[in-house]
Amino acid sequence: MIAIKVPLVKNILEANDKISDLNKKFFDEKNVLVVNIMSSPGAGKTTLISNTINALKDEFKIGVIEGDIQSTYDAEKIAETGAQVVQINTGGACHLDGNMIRDTFDQLDFDNMDLLIVENVGNLVCPAEFQMGEDFKAMLLSIPEGDDKPLKYPLMFHESSVLLINKIDLLPYIECDVEKIKRESKKINPEIEIFEVSGKVGTGLVRWLNLLKEKIRQKNDPK
Amino acid sequence: MHELSIIESIVDIVLEEMPKHNLTKVTKVSLRIGDMRQVVPDAMQFGFEVVTKNTPLEDAELLIEHIPITGQCEKCKHEFLVKSWLDNCPRCEHPNIQIIAGKELEIAEFEGT
Ligand SMILES: Nc1nc2c(ncn2[C@@H]2O[C@H](COP(=O)(O)OP(=O)(O)O)[C@@H](O)[C@H]2O)c(=O)[nH]1
Ligand SMILES: [Mg+2]
Ligand SMILES: [Zn+2]
Ligand SMILES: [Zn+2]
Repeated sequence: MIAIKVPLVKNILEANDKISDLNKKFFDEKNVLVVNIMSSPGAGKTTLISNTINALKDEFKIGVIEGDIQSTYDAEKIAETGAQVVQINTGGACHLDGNMIRDTFDQLDFDNMDLLIVENVGNLVCPAEFQMGEDFKAMLLSIPEGDDKPLKYPLMFHESSVLLINKIDLLPYIECDVEKIKRESKKINPEIEIFEVSGKVGTGLVRWLNLLKEKIRQKNDPK
Repeated sequence: MHELSIIESIVDIVLEEMPKHNLTKVTKVSLRIGDMRQVVPDAMQFGFEVVTKNTPLEDAELLIEHIPITGQCEKCKHEFLVKSWLDNCPRCEHPNIQIIAGKELEIAEFEGT
């Protein structure tokens, strides 16, 4: 039998991109600002999210989606802040995608929400490829991970609007060239905004919080 | 790991396309993947074998064309292959470079009977 050739030229992630567009439309209608937080495991996402909520919760209504391969540990930690939280267990998948986010729609009250924070699965590679309908991506790089990460994982730095250089409180004990991280991240993504923070101690968080406040206000009042 | 999700999406797309062309068996799938995707070729081949077992794509050949990263200078618009992220524009030394190729993740074509 003779083989038939089917020219296609189709984006492999098109299905996910379409669902993400639908999610985005939904979030826009609800005036909810959505931020996708990415990093390797242990860089400090849950700690930062928890302290971000505590700093903003008097002013804004916040929801959280916690992505993890297994366990509900992070969701329990976030629940202590009083924020609405849903846990997604990806059961092996190393990233969240548009469908998984959509599956939480009936578990969260988006009419009572200004900001949705999504904690992605800890991984520096593929979370950057799968859209979920977020307004922007923010990534954490903690200084114990080393200053070679921008050049090793350029896609995540390229796709993120914000880089939080985290655990800056450990700088006296760790050999890490923070200027190099900044310089090389800017080289990969000239638009990236960089904050040096300690999500745990609270150092440097003001600029991050101000950025969120500004974006929430813009989303609520698109004019 | 992301290789598996990528392959699952490929299989979904091909399975959806097959009936439109009256195909019952797929013999070859050709992809175009940009180097920025950090896809591991061995993991792709292995994953493809596993995921396509007992599907019409079983035993199909997987061809991957790797697309190098191309940058364009923001200032003088010169286009060049990005060998290192630390490179400046080779023509005018401007540091800001836009990526214009290297993020592809596409099925180019497939063949079947
Ligand atoms: N020294 C220091 N430790 C931190 C900081 N942020 C988080 N940690 C610690 O790093 C570990 C992992 O934090 P976690 O928030 O769970 O990281 P995640 O896996 O990215 O969610 C915990 O032991 C935290 O207490 C920080 O800013 N400074
Ligand atoms: Mg966590
Ligand atoms: Zn993944
Ligand atoms: Zn130039």
